[in-house]
Amino acid sequence: MAKLIGTPQKRKEDPKLITGNGNFTDDIKLPGMLHGAFVRSPHAHAKIIRIDVSKALALPGVVAVYTGNDLVGKVKSVPTMWLLPGADLKPKDRSALAQGKTRYAGECVALVVAENRYIARDALDLVEVDYEDLPAVVHQEAALLDGAPLVHDDVAANLALLWKAGEVPEEEFQNAEVVVKQRLYNQRVIPNPIETRGAVAQYNPGSGELTIWCTSQNPHIHRMVYAGVLDIPESRLQIVAPDVGGGFGSKIATYNEEAVIGHAARDLKRPVKWIEDRKEHFMATTHARDEVIEVELAGKRDGTFTAIRVKNTANLGAYLSTFGAGCPTIDFGLMVTGAYTIPKASVVTYGVYTNTTPTDAYRGAGKPEAAFQIERIVDLFAQEIGMDPVEIRQKNLIPAEAFPYGTAMGVSYDSGNYHYTLDRALDIADYASLRAEQKRLREQGKLLGIGVSTYVELCGFGPSKVAGAIGFQGGVWENSTVRVHPTGKVAVFTGTSPHGQGTATTFAQVVAEKLGIPIDDIELISGDTRSVSMGWGTYGSRNTAVGGAAVAIATDRVIEKAKTIAAHELEVSVEDLEFSNGIFSVKGVPTQSRSFQEIAKSANFAWNLPDGVEPSLEGQSFFDPPNFVYPFGAHICVVEVNVQTGEVELKRYIAVDDVGRVINPLLAEGQVHGGVAQGIGQALWEGAVYSDNGQLLSGTFMDYTMPKARFFPTIESHFTETPSPVNPLGAKGVGETGTTGAPPAVVNAVMDALRPFGIKDLDMPLTPEKVWRAMQTRGENA
Amino acid sequence: MIPNAFDYIKAGSIEEAIQLMQESDGEGKFLAGGHSLVPLMKFRLTNPGKLIDISSIQELKGIRQEGNRLIVGALTTHKQLYSDALVKENIAVLADTARTIGDMQIRNRGTVGGNLAHADSAADLPGVALALEALMEVQGEDGKEVIDIDGFFLGPLVTALPETSVLTSISFLIPPSHTKSVYLKYAHPASGYAVVGVCAIAGVGEDGRIDFVRIGINGVADVAYRATTVEQALLGELPTAESIQRAAALAAEEGEIGNDLFASEQYRRNLATVYTERALSRILL
Repeated sequence: MAKLIGTPQKRKEDPKLITGNGNFTDDIKLPGMLHGAFVRSPHAHAKIIRIDVSKALALPGVVAVYTGNDLVGKVKSVPTMWLLPGADLKPKDRSALAQGKTRYAGECVALVVAENRYIARDALDLVEVDYEDLPAVVHQEAALLDGAPLVHDDVAANLALLWKAGEVPEEEFQNAEVVVKQRLYNQRVIPNPIETRGAVAQYNPGSGELTIWCTSQNPHIHRMVYAGVLDIPESRLQIVAPDVGGGFGSKIATYNEEAVIGHAARDLKRPVKWIEDRKEHFMATTHARDEVIEVELAGKRDGTFTAIRVKNTANLGAYLSTFGAGCPTIDFGLMVTGAYTIPKASVVTYGVYTNTTPTDAYRGAGKPEAAFQIERIVDLFAQEIGMDPVEIRQKNLIPAEAFPYGTAMGVSYDSGNYHYTLDRALDIADYASLRAEQKRLREQGKLLGIGVSTYVELCGFGPSKVAGAIGFQGGVWENSTVRVHPTGKVAVFTGTSPHGQGTATTFAQVVAEKLGIPIDDIELISGDTRSVSMGWGTYGSRNTAVGGAAVAIATDRVIEKAKTIAAHELEVSVEDLEFSNGIFSVKGVPTQSRSFQEIAKSANFAWNLPDGVEPSLEGQSFFDPPNFVYPFGAHICVVEVNVQTGEVELKRYIAVDDVGRVINPLLAEGQVHGGVAQGIGQALWEGAVYSDNGQLLSGTFMDYTMPKARFFPTIESHFTETPSPVNPLGAKGVGETGTTGAPPAVVNAVMDALRPFGIKDLDMPLTPEKVWRAMQTRGENA
Repeated sequence: MIPNAFDYIKAGSIEEAIQLMQESDGEGKFLAGGHSLVPLMKFRLTNPGKLIDISSIQELKGIRQEGNRLIVGALTTHKQLYSDALVKENIAVLADTARTIGDMQIRNRGTVGGNLAHADSAADLPGVALALEALMEVQGEDGKEVIDIDGFFLGPLVTALPETSVLTSISFLIPPSHTKSVYLKYAHPASGYAVVGVCAIAGVGEDGRIDFVRIGINGVADVAYRATTVEQALLGELPTAESIQRAAALAAEEGEIGNDLFASEQYRRNLATVYTERALSRILL
């Protein structure tokens, strides 16, 4: 069998995309298509007193203007889909268009539909809205205080949820030899895929069918939710995610704009398009992180950890976004013990409403925050007892023989070899030499810093039974059909919805290797609810671990059926056949054979099938994994801090990741590069800034620092491979390793550089001024 | 990100451009490369009713030498500026600075005249223009005039250029042959604009003392400025690390130092000093 799994194949997707022949939502142009634009609230918190649309309607070319009142009884509010149990959850859904009140700057107040986008934009300025400004609250801790403005009148103290897990007796901390405490702020970031959101909707008044092309990571979830919001049966609602230019979690959520565009198309019986511009995107698409994390780690003087307790005060924004409740609770809380043997752990999360854009998943979704707090507190613990940060990790990492390892938070890590991966990273970095170099440079007044993180993350959502137990409103199994055409060419259908990952290549590698046919004979079909019966989408690094597993199993089923047909034709029993390199042959008699393509034809023509075998050649799998997968790794970052300006220069970045079995090392490395860039982006540059009255000040690329390629050194990416036992590919997930491993590695490195100043912690992003100021003020005390 | 509706008209000559502007009742804006104006229009921060496109007026193009000055046509693009042999040979710092502006698209389309007339302190050319004692050659309804760069930048995005006048060319001083020059910039990581940009030109006389020094600073303050106190502190001094440090400490003395999300006033002052010191050290030590 031709070896394809584990080989660096170039992306099948790229020729199309780099020659401008992609088909993104904005490329869809339909006859008679109208264009929508949304009136958005300029206030973070305001009563809507009056809306007058008459001037807008009078503008030639304007076809319709919708306000919240126009949608009553026609478009329901967009529900949250993570109903966390046992957390006194107070879900507040977003009205499709605001009714009575707006709760964050950027909330949709009205939709203008016009003959073209220019007229629609001009008409926005003609919609008159009278607001009565209300006091706004932006920060989650402020929102919990007595007397804070209430975002929702019936949610006391703005507390949307209070979630607790794990227990640690107080004595564990009282009697501990060492307790290290730190308050950390995992700042709000704004996901920015290169393609903003958008939707095109078309309604067929004859059949009653509505089609919405939109920028989705999970079209079947969008179908399920919008079917309810628009009150239309799923069979008459088609959601298509055409080419999607990245998502990073921001296109998981279901939003009100897409639903309202669907309604407008249905109401006007003409296609309607809406494409979010970048300025809208900053306000209208979900934000992420924004968690104040207080962590206490108890242990012994010899460096052994004994207990951890964590309090997370999370900013959920003005409404509960689709999976907003899960990020700072389940995703975060289950991973607070990190890669270490910490016998006791507890977490409490306060989820808080504020007058800000709702928060939801972003590349890692809760796991980066979990890794950040444990990796930072481990460094602080090491500092407290005067131990090297690598040594303390080696002392506490879960040993290889302990897997599967049940953590204090009640999850079972599937497989791992943490020490080995760390050792590889130390070797590549030449850690001992780096420390010697640091010492030498410090004597010259230069601030070299070395930071390490040994992260682990929870990926590959997941067993559906668990999804149910934690209130996730959906299944998380995955679906694949492998359909063999009469010529032997193969269509692979997946319920995941790749949007830049290169899945058309990686899945083709799996199928081509199994079937022994050329990789170019395989086409991946995804992202369309009409083509794929059901699926749960691409997020949480589940694409390969769950979706790819379903593809592998469906392919095995094709082989199984093909074998019975081949055996019949060759007049031997199935046991006497072998299948290799696309040829079914009789064991010991290689001349008696059938090619895969011949059997494809036989199966489809059905002229001569064995008794009881149905025509066609198709395999299907609905794969529900028995457990999550737990990728892990060791990242080492080397920085130099400029004493005069506080600038952080990245000198080296070493990422040794273990993502289980690597299907395509080229694409895996690409995923690491992108993830590390985003992770370093959070550590050093990115961060949403609101004014006290809820205006987003960092609302364009002029102010919000999106990392650029030139900011980075060569990322030294390597892999160790510890297969996962929970799926047939042994794959774990690679997409979120960088955003999880990088922020603590970078911050640990900068703090290490600043050791001579006695600086223990600074909030991300570590902007030059922040670092400079810390050196100015604390330098005096040092 | 869609501008208001506007009229567009192409001017064939400077005279026509001026006349069209007079007729526009204050609604007009000259359009050259459009790389400063159009983004503002897309944000609807400026909403001109009429764009008068001057980009094909031949008289506004070309670079020539006149004595110890280079005359650069206002429509010269940044790319043309740093590719031009006369510029590279005579005022290397002007070429080097143009090379750091924006990205390739901006350098290909953006113009020297447009950049300076836009008067954004965070742009790269104002500091260099100040250090090179630029003379802004202007043509208006009453004929031609020359505005000294020292009196050109009046405020953020405000210049002494009369509304109906066209900036036709910019005359830059060719620094004395014994001088060296450099432009150092601390770029905002998001926008790429200068948080601080320091253009320093200096030379040492036969007695070993500094006998020529010009420093233009952009980005730090709301308006780009010439750091004359730094210049005075250096003139006649021996070029040492100490004299440079003493002088550079005065770098932020002359500007109304601004602040934004990225950098406070105090930090900008520090950057001005650090970058002035680095720039002077680069050319004098």
